[in-house]
Amino acid sequence: MKENKNILLVGVGGQGTILASKILSEGLVEAGYDVKMSEIHGMSQRGGSVSTQIRFGEKVYSPIIGLGEADIIVAFETMEALRWFPYLKQGGKLVVNEHEIPSLPILLGAAEYPQGILEELSAKADVSVFKAGKIAAELGNEKAMNIVLLGALVEAMGLSGIDWEALIRRMVKPAFVELNLAAFEAGRRQVA
Amino acid sequence: MKHLITANEAIARGAYEAGVKFAAAYPGTPSTEILENIGSLYREEIFSEWAPNEKVALEAAIGASIAGVRAISAMKHVGVNVAADPLFTVAYTGVTGGLVLVSADDPGMHSSQNEQDNRNYAVAARLLMLEPSDSQEALDFTKKAFELSERFDTPVLLRVTTRVCHSKGLVTFGERKEVPYIPYEKNIPKYVTTPANARALRGKLEERIARLRAYSEETELNYEEINGGEIGVVSAGVAYQYAREVFGPGASYFKVGLSWPMPIEKIRAFAAKVKKLYVVEEMDPYMENALRQAGIECVGKELVPVYDELNTDKLRKAIFGTESAGAATERKAVGRPPAMCAGCPHRGFFYVLSKKKNVMVTGDIGCYTLGAAPPLNALGTVICMGASISAGHGAARAFERAGADTRVVSVIGDSTFFHSGITSLMDVAYNGGKSVTVILDNRITGMTGHQDNPGTGYTLMGAPAPVVNIPALCMALGFKEENICTVDPRDLKATEAALDAALEKEEPSVIICKWPCALKRFSEADKRDFDLTPKKCRIDAAKCRNCRMCSKTGCPAIRVKEKPEIDRASCTGCSVCRQVCPFGAIEME
Repeated sequence: MKENKNILLVGVGGQGTILASKILSEGLVEAGYDVKMSEIHGMSQRGGSVSTQIRFGEKVYSPIIGLGEADIIVAFETMEALRWFPYLKQGGKLVVNEHEIPSLPILLGAAEYPQGILEELSAKADVSVFKAGKIAAELGNEKAMNIVLLGALVEAMGLSGIDWEALIRRMVKPAFVELNLAAFEAGRRQVA
Repeated sequence: MKHLITANEAIARGAYEAGVKFAAAYPGTPSTEILENIGSLYREEIFSEWAPNEKVALEAAIGASIAGVRAISAMKHVGVNVAADPLFTVAYTGVTGGLVLVSADDPGMHSSQNEQDNRNYAVAARLLMLEPSDSQEALDFTKKAFELSERFDTPVLLRVTTRVCHSKGLVTFGERKEVPYIPYEKNIPKYVTTPANARALRGKLEERIARLRAYSEETELNYEEINGGEIGVVSAGVAYQYAREVFGPGASYFKVGLSWPMPIEKIRAFAAKVKKLYVVEEMDPYMENALRQAGIECVGKELVPVYDELNTDKLRKAIFGTESAGAATERKAVGRPPAMCAGCPHRGFFYVLSKKKNVMVTGDIGCYTLGAAPPLNALGTVICMGASISAGHGAARAFERAGADTRVVSVIGDSTFFHSGITSLMDVAYNGGKSVTVILDNRITGMTGHQDNPGTGYTLMGAPAPVVNIPALCMALGFKEENICTVDPRDLKATEAALDAALEKEEPSVIICKWPCALKRFSEADKRDFDLTPKKCRIDAAKCRNCRMCSKTGCPAIRVKEKPEIDRASCTGCSVCRQVCPFGAIEME
C-alpha cells in the first residue's frame, strides 16, 4: 500500500463512535500498519458534533485528515454526513446511517433540519445509506448500531484480511458478543 | 508489542517508568487524562491527587521534589497562569528529585477561553523545555525530562498541545525503574528564597542556562534529516507532523525536541545546507524570533498563520498557495453548539435568572458557561476561574459609585469555587460588597468529565475524603447565616424566591444551588441526600396550546416541530418545562 488511508467516523456525542473506532484501530495495529487516531474531547460531551479520524499505512505523520482526503466517511447521523462531506476524497465512499438528531437551533425552531441531504450527497458521491439502528434493533438491541456501521466500513474499505470476529469477541462484553457479530455481518451486507 | 495510546496516556506511562512517586493536577482540557491514567493504572507506585487548583498542585509537586522523590504536575495552559508564582521561583531553587510540569496548550480553543502559547513561559521563567510531537515521544520525553531535571538541577516544562494530547499513536513501553529516595537535608541557601539567597540563586541560574545551551546544541532531541539542498524546515510539536506531509520527502528537516534553550548553532549549520529555510510552528513566532535574533534568515509567520490551530490544509495553502480540494454542498449543515444536557440542574436556575431585569451577571468557567448560550443568554461576563465573584464585586462597586441601581449576580460552580472563588468571596465579605454569589453545586467537576473535588467526598485515587461544608465556609468568611441559603435549582419557585430575597438585601449574600449533575455516576451520599428516582415528562397534546414556553428553557429533550414534543429517551424528568408551562399540559410520570 503506497498511500496512507484515511477514515473519518462522524456523529453526535454519545452515539458510540468510540467503541467502533477502538475495534477498528486495534485491527489495523494487529495487521501491522502504522496507525494514528485523533479525537476531539471537551465540549462534545454536551451534544456537540464529534469526529474520530483514523489514518493508517506504512508511516503516518499527521494525526488529522485534510479536506478532500478521506477514503471513507462513516456518518452516524445524517446532517453530520453533510457537514463533513468536503473531507471526502474524489471517488471516496460515504456510508450514512439514516438517522436525524436535531441540534439546538433546530430544536428551538430557529433553524430547519436540512431536507434532501441524502439525495444531494448520493448524486455527488458513492453513497450507501441504511438505517443502522433499525437493523441493530431487529437483531436484538439498537445500541449495536455502531457495530453495524463498523461492518459496513470494513467491507467498503476491503479490510477483509483482518480477523474482526476475534477482535469483537475480545473487545465486546461477553453477553453482547453474538449480537455484535450478527450486527457486524449485517453491516457488511449493506455495502457488499 | 506496541500500544495505540494518546500522548496523555503516554505521559502517564512515562512518569511511571521514570520512577515518579507523586503526581498532582487540577483537571483541564486537554490535560485531564494524564492524572486520570496515573490514578487508575499506576496507583500502586504513584501517589496521585486532584489539587483544588494548579498553583496548589505545582506547589505540592515542588514539595515532593524537595523532599527527595520524582514528581509531576499537569495542567492546561491557563492553569500555568495560576501556577506561575511558584513556577518562576522554583526555576531559581532547582530541584532535589526530578520535577516536571506538563503544560497542555489548546491552539484553536477547542475547550478554552484563550489560546496562549506557553512556550513563552520557558523563556520568561528560564525553564528547560521539551516538546513531544507524538505519543512515543511523549513517553520518551517524559522519562528524559526527569533525567535532565536532576542532571541540570532544574524544573522541566513538558509542553504539549491538544492534537498531541488527544491523538493516538503506536508506543513501545519500557519497564519502571525505581529511583532511590534522596534523604531530605535542610539547605537554606538553595530553598529559602529570601532576597539575599535569591540573588545568589539568580547568578547561579545564569551558569545553569549556559550549561543548558551547550546541552541543547549536542542533544539528539534536536536533530536534522538532510534529504535535499533546496528547502529546509525547522519545526517542533505536532506542527512537525504537518510539515512532513506538506513539504514531503524531498525537503530537509530540523526537528526541535528541546526547545528552550534553542539549539541556535545547530540550526545555523542546518540553514547553511539549504537554499531556503522555513520555520513551521503553531501560534507565536517562538522559534522564528530566536532564529532571527541570531541572524538566521528564515520564512515563518509572514506565511504561516499566527493564531488558531494549524493543519495540513492551512499549511499547504500558506506555503504553496494551493487550496485543498473539498467537494462543496448546496445544503449547509446547521451548527451543533454544545448545550446544557437534558436534566442539567443549572437550567432551572438560569431560566429564573434570565428573567431578572437590571442585573449584571458575572459568570465563570465550567458547564454553566453554557448559560450564556441561547435561548437563556443569561451571562454578561466570563473571564477566568474565580473572576465571577471578584469581577462581580468590582462591578457592584462601580455601580454604587456611579449611582446606578444595577445589581450584580456572580455565578460559579462548586469546583471552580474551590479552585479560585474562596479568596474572591472573602474579598466581598471583607470589603463589605453587596453582590449576590450563586454557587452552582452539582457535586462534581462537570465539564472536564466528572473528576472528584474537595466537595464530592472522594479523592482521585477513590479514597473517602472530608466534604467541604460550603455554608459553614461562607459563614467563616464573614457572611451572616441569614444571608446564606441552599435551594434545589430545579424548583423554579424556590429558586426565584431565594434570588428575589437576595436582590432585596443591602448586604452580600450567597445562594447555593445544590443538585447532582444529570450525567454523574451518583455516590452513596448523592443517593441518600437527593431523590434521584428516574422520572419522565410528557406533553398532553390535548392541553398543549403551542405557546412553546417549554422550549424557551433550552432543553435538548424538547423539539418544536408543529408543536413541542419531549424525547422520552433523553428526558430525566427534571420538571423545569412542566413548571414553565402556563397551561398545565406537561405531566410527570
